[in-house]
Order: sequence, then structure tokens, then C-alpha cells
Amino acid sequence: MATPDALLVIIRHAPHSSNWLREGLDAALVAAAFGQPVHLLFMGQGIMALLKEQGSGAPGQKATLPTIDMLEMYDIDKLWVAEGALEGMHLSADSLVEGVTPIADQEIPGLLQQHAKIFNF
Amino acid sequence: MQYGLLVMGAPYSSPAPHSALRFSHAVLARGHQIEGVFFYHDGVHNASSLMAPPQDELNLREAWAELNQQHGVQLDVCIAAALRRGLMSESEAQRHGKQASNVASPFELTGLGQLLELQHRTDRLITFA
Repeated sequence: MATPDALLVIIRHAPHSSNWLREGLDAALVAAAFGQPVHLLFMGQGIMALLKEQGSGAPGQKATLPTIDMLEMYDIDKLWVAEGALEGMHLSADSLVEGVTPIADQEIPGLLQQHAKIFNF
Repeated sequence: MQYGLLVMGAPYSSPAPHSALRFSHAVLARGHQIEGVFFYHDGVHNASSLMAPPQDELNLREAWAELNQQHGVQLDVCIAAALRRGLMSESEAQRHGKQASNVASPFELTGLGQLLELQHRTDRLITFA
């Protein structure tokens, strides 16, 4: 499932309430720009970053969806989303952007084990 | 073992920097090395030389500087995260037309590439957030 030496970036914060999402995505993009394979896992409130048709946020905050849409250009095409978080927020996979893979919560420890390098935002 | 630290919590509003310092001293005391510390997210505030806590409280900026002086630990600060939070070196202050600067040696403003490089160089990268 995982490429050896791939970096896993975990996103756990929703857009706009803090800068965690933006700065987490920045770290993922820089790693990809340096040629490192990057995988993303969205958990908890972080899954809200993937909601389709979201606009910009609280006054003065840029939208993060354009960055999510841009990930593929950086060869970041593995986007996992925790199923438990989807159910918890009563969201269906259809409400999310294209190309995300739901992953069962019990498979997440295995996913973490496959990655020696993990950043948590 | 070679350790790297990623600090993302601000001083005095998060226990993260203090925990990171205690962790550093604990691993050094056990004979391991700390290759470097990377300050990102709100952790960039650790680099502020204008930090002036009450005298009976630990000055975190000074504590990091001591770690650098005593053990040669590199202190890197993400420049993008720093600038948008109002932390800048003298040269950045000039570039942005600001009248003051608050980041000076041994802290260095650098890019996120340094964080990835630190992760490559070390056996363990530990996050304090």
C-alpha cells in the first residue's frame, strides 16, 4: 500500500479555525516538491478540509480547497479519509472531493506502521 | 541515537516548548544527540528575542539559546510561519520595511526543506505540539 520512504501527513484540523490545515498542507507540498512521495490521511475534524464547494472562511482567511485540488499536480494522489470521522459527522463520501479513499478506523494503525515518517497537523 | 525535534506550540500558551526542552536534556543526559530543533506553526514564537517573562519564570528563548551553546543544537525557524506571525530577522525587517526585528542568532530563519532534511538526518523526529 505504501511506497517505501513515503511521508505520511496527518491532517486533524478543520479549515479556518486555526492555521493547522494550511501549514500542514504547506509541509506536504514542500516535501512533494523535494521529490518525496507524500500520502495524506484526514482524520477527525480534518475531513472537513475535503468537503466540496466550500468557499473562503472567516473574514480574511483564504480558502484551502484550491490547495487540495492542486495536490495531484504535486503527485500527491493518496488521500485517505477515516471512515469513523465521516460517520461521526454524518457525511457521505460523495460530499468530498474526488479521489479520496475511505479507510476503516481499525486499518489506521497498520497504515501508520507502514510509514516511518509521519507529520501530524 | 540522533534525535530531531519539531516544536509547534507557542511559549507560555502551550506546554509543548517546555516539554521539548525537558526531553532534549533527558536524551542528552543519556548520551544521545539532538541534531536540531525546527520551529513551525505557533512554535516560531519561541525565537522572539523580545520575549520578557517575569524574572521568576524560565525565559524559553534563552533556554533554547543555551541548548545551542552547550550542545551545538541547531535552531531553525520556518520563515513563512514566522513572517506572518510578526517574527523576523534584521535582514527580513529591512526587506519588509519594518522598524524592528526580533529573531537573531542562534535562531535561523529557514525553509520547510530544513525540516524534511532534519527528518532524513535523524533516527527519530519527535513532535511537540
